[in-house]
Amino acid sequence: MGNKILMKGNEALAEAAIRAGCRHFFGYPITPQTEVSAYMAKKMPKIGGTFLQAESEVSAINMVYGAGGAGVRVMTSSSSPGISLKQEGISYIAGADVPCVIVNIVRGGPGLGGIQPAQSDYFQATKGGGHGDYHLVVLAPSSIQEMVDLTSDAFDIGDKYRCPVMIMGDGMLGQMMEPVEFKDTDAESLPEKEWATSGTGMKRKKNIINSLFIEASELEDLVLERQKRYDAIIANEVRYEAIDTEEADIVLVAYGTTARIAKTAMAKAKEKGYKVGIIRPITLWPFPFEAFEKALSKNTNKTFLAVEMSMGQMVEDVRLAVNGRADVQFFGRTGGVVPTPNEILAKIEEIGGAK
Amino acid sequence: MTYETIFAGFGGQGILFAGKVIAYAGMIEGKNVSHLPSYGPEMRGGTANCSVIVSDVDVASPIITEPSALVVMNGPSLDKFEKAVVPSGKIFIDSSLISRKCEREDVDVYAIPATKMANDMGIPKLANMIMVGKLVKETGMFTWEQLKGAVTKLVPAAKAAMLESNIKALEAGYNF
Repeated sequence: MGNKILMKGNEALAEAAIRAGCRHFFGYPITPQTEVSAYMAKKMPKIGGTFLQAESEVSAINMVYGAGGAGVRVMTSSSSPGISLKQEGISYIAGADVPCVIVNIVRGGPGLGGIQPAQSDYFQATKGGGHGDYHLVVLAPSSIQEMVDLTSDAFDIGDKYRCPVMIMGDGMLGQMMEPVEFKDTDAESLPEKEWATSGTGMKRKKNIINSLFIEASELEDLVLERQKRYDAIIANEVRYEAIDTEEADIVLVAYGTTARIAKTAMAKAKEKGYKVGIIRPITLWPFPFEAFEKALSKNTNKTFLAVEMSMGQMVEDVRLAVNGRADVQFFGRTGGVVPTPNEILAKIEEIGGAK
Repeated sequence: MTYETIFAGFGGQGILFAGKVIAYAGMIEGKNVSHLPSYGPEMRGGTANCSVIVSDVDVASPIITEPSALVVMNGPSLDKFEKAVVPSGKIFIDSSLISRKCEREDVDVYAIPATKMANDMGIPKLANMIMVGKLVKETGMFTWEQLKGAVTKLVPAAKAAMLESNIKALEAGYNF
């Protein structure tokens, strides 16, 4: 069995963060991600780290801002309503070019919504959430092992490009247990954090972490410089999984938990004789446009079926990627209802016609 | 081979732990496994369930809509999941807590008075392990040695007495 251990998603994610060098965690409990906080509360004091349950999500994200500004690896986690509260802080963190990791274990919304799994925070995560010209890098694991691996990547990406990174799971990934292995990876050589407010030691000029720039041209220059880093992220960090997309008549597009269910539906559809493939975006931003180019490279006579636990938020990016060249359809359940493989299969049969 | 089992009952019966034993045994045997617990409002109402998949191939969806086996330890759980079991699947009923009979005729039904057995044995909290023992025996998911090995690794070494009673309960179910 190697070094595999059976772990709940939330706990595996927390352990992965610690192994990635995160020693500072600020959070506030909310179902279905509370085990992240609980794990950090138990572990951090033993390894000389900081666990702090803030008085609210707003406080927690601003503590992240401060710790990240000092150059340490820092994380916060929450679920949908709590992530909404953090948006102002996230915008400031992006505006001040501070790396950090933000975890959203999504539940049904809007409002307090429910506590069951959902993907209805896609717009918020990928299209802004807070104000201003900024992006979050958004990573969407679909298994506990991938959650562990992407947590380590999230810290590296944040440090490399000086930006906040979001790991977006859902209630199911947070709560379920699967075997995981923590791999000893050699940390990528990352740039020194010369910008951090880590103390001058009387040897250098003081650093300032700030997101307020009154002079329009100065602010524009900073936004343009940041855009270059976003362009580098788009060039270097796109991740996705694609299976049988070039031959397929119907290409499913799904991420996270939904991708697993879609894969079961795909297997059932193949047994019935349908030619089905799947694109599973792992980075939701940057969106894996190239996966669609590959899928369309042989012929465009196919249907892309976006499957989501929302009313169709990612389907807009699918339409942008397809850009009118092929048919795009959508199937989703929302409010915390998880689609079944048979529901997706029925939609495939509807599109593909009787076999 | 893929085994899809739903465990369901009241909170406090060790339903999630029962599922964990099976998932853990599967992992030790090199299978792909997933353990998905209920955590929603039904949990607050006192019922608990979990879906455990043990498979030779990758586990795609961790949600079980058509279980190959169902282990139920209260009446509402039998009502809720009975119809979902695949034809010729197996239903394991704690007959000391569920008075009604299973209505399905196309499945194998095993009635085990697990809670009464556990009480009589002086290990009242381990009816869940009696059910697990019977489940493993009838499905052939694992051998006795594999099951015993899994629970031995799962129960902390510092709690030797607890391990002993767990094995006693598994054995009672396995040989029932």
